[in-house]
Amino acid sequence: MSIKLKALLKSPWVFHLSTGSCNNCDIEILDCLTPRFDIERFGMVLVGSIRHADVLVCTGSVNRKCIPRIKEIYEQAPKPVIVVAIGECSLSRGMFINSYNCPVPLDKIIPVDVYIPGCPPKPEAIIAGIAKAIEKIKANANKK
Amino acid sequence: MAKTIIPIGPYHPLQEEPEFFQLVVEGEKIVDAIANIGYNHRGIEKLSELKTFDQVAFVVERICGICSTSHPLAYVRAVEDILGNDCVVPERANYIRTIIAELERIHSHLLWIGLAGHFLGYNTVYMWAWKERETVLDIFEELSGNRNNYAMMRVGGVRRDFEEKSLAGVITRLNKLIDFVQMIKKAVLDDPVLHARLKGVGVLTKQDCIDYCALGPTARASGIANDVRKDDPYAAYDKVKWNVITQIEGDVFAKAVVRILETLESINIVIECMQKMPKGPIYDNVKDIPCGEGIGHIEAPRGECFHYVRSDGTNRPVRHKVRAPTYMNLPTYKEALIGETISDATIILAAIDPCYCCTERVTVIDANNKKNKTVYSQQDLIKLSQRKTEQIRAKLGAR
Ligand code: SF4
Repeated sequence: MSIKLKALLKSPWVFHLSTGSCNNCDIEILDCLTPRFDIERFGMVLVGSIRHADVLVCTGSVNRKCIPRIKEIYEQAPKPVIVVAIGECSLSRGMFINSYNCPVPLDKIIPVDVYIPGCPPKPEAIIAGIAKAIEKIKANANKK
Repeated sequence: MAKTIIPIGPYHPLQEEPEFFQLVVEGEKIVDAIANIGYNHRGIEKLSELKTFDQVAFVVERICGICSTSHPLAYVRAVEDILGNDCVVPERANYIRTIIAELERIHSHLLWIGLAGHFLGYNTVYMWAWKERETVLDIFEELSGNRNNYAMMRVGGVRRDFEEKSLAGVITRLNKLIDFVQMIKKAVLDDPVLHARLKGVGVLTKQDCIDYCALGPTARASGIANDVRKDDPYAAYDKVKWNVITQIEGDVFAKAVVRILETLESINIVIECMQKMPKGPIYDNVKDIPCGEGIGHIEAPRGECFHYVRSDGTNRPVRHKVRAPTYMNLPTYKEALIGETISDATIILAAIDPCYCCTERVTVIDANNKKNKTVYSQQDLIKLSQRKTEQIRAKLGAR
């Protein structure tokens, strides 16, 4: 495993991007930070800028006004970056599938590594999802 | 002095919706503020024309995650308004609606208290408030089966009944929550640093509130006792005892006080409702929605939430209009922000509504010679705000 990847997986810093969600997913992400769930146990912290982040967490059905900005943010992210889609909205657009303003799901815009379903997923599910992603990347890297 | 524009947003790492603000500043002073919204538009009004009356309740629930009872409740009341006398909501359903709506207010206000503390660098409050908020979410999970998006409202009543055996435990937990809120109340009302940071900051006068049609806690903190729960009682609000909380100062401190005291009122409403709740059916079976139009308005945690529904006799609404409280409260930023300093911007933006406050990807651009001068990130702004708190703390000799 390269030293870069090792450092990344030891303490993934998370940047949270809301692409037109209903807040519930975002609140559950924030909830992960607070004493009951305390995601910092795994070395994860929310950071203020994508340039500091290793994980890009997206929530919400992608909205036309947001699409160029999502691409821009993805391009600004230092690679390798793990993209996590949280909630039914960013997975498949959920009930907004017929909306005129949500043309495509998130994975048609940027490559997504982890999908966490739920509307909203519970904080436990979010933590489990990210932890699984880390395990998987580790396993893949060791195989190579 | 050169005018500088500070863009805030549209993406901020800590907070929910994408929002874009431009603050025009002269040195430290904010001279103008421009809000740019639309990053969250999902075409819900159009979507709801595609769904049946029963399904729309689920769609409007996803307008806002924090108000996921307010919108369905306003919507079902609009449809019940069309039905008129054909639909009588059973008494038990009214009580259940009140309980769910008030629990939502408690969790929303606790959320706000926590975030406001965070922006001031008072992270203890953030962690405390969010920890106690979990109690409310647990109660929701026990009563409705979900932590958020409770799906309790339906036309003619509610979807699920409470289990009798869980009520006693819920009341015990709520009583514990009262102690916590009392503690927060003392911590906030007596803290000299918070006084120095919040008093006289972001003042919204009574006249401003009337001019901008401000709603909810924003207006109540400026001395306008407008509350749909009292003015046009719905559900079971006229059957329990509670008070409308008002303050006269209109600054951020007054808004905090209103929210904290309202939380206490809400807890009392929930407990009283649980004790008084009659037995009986929980919904009235509604067959057809006749032609006509109806309105429903309720008091959401942030102010009046208004829904308008028109039916042409089919099983889908032909027009559905939603007006959320933030739509009215948003423009009051202009009054509250102008003349204040940048380090107070975060908390003033947060004071009106917790939804749009965090700042991220902020660049300072010199508007006169159009070249990038410095870069302020969200962290920098919060740091500025926290440094100010530190200075005040040192000046006051507080810990
Ligand atoms: S998945 Fe559900 S909870 Fe999450 S943003 Fe979408 S509607 Fe809201």
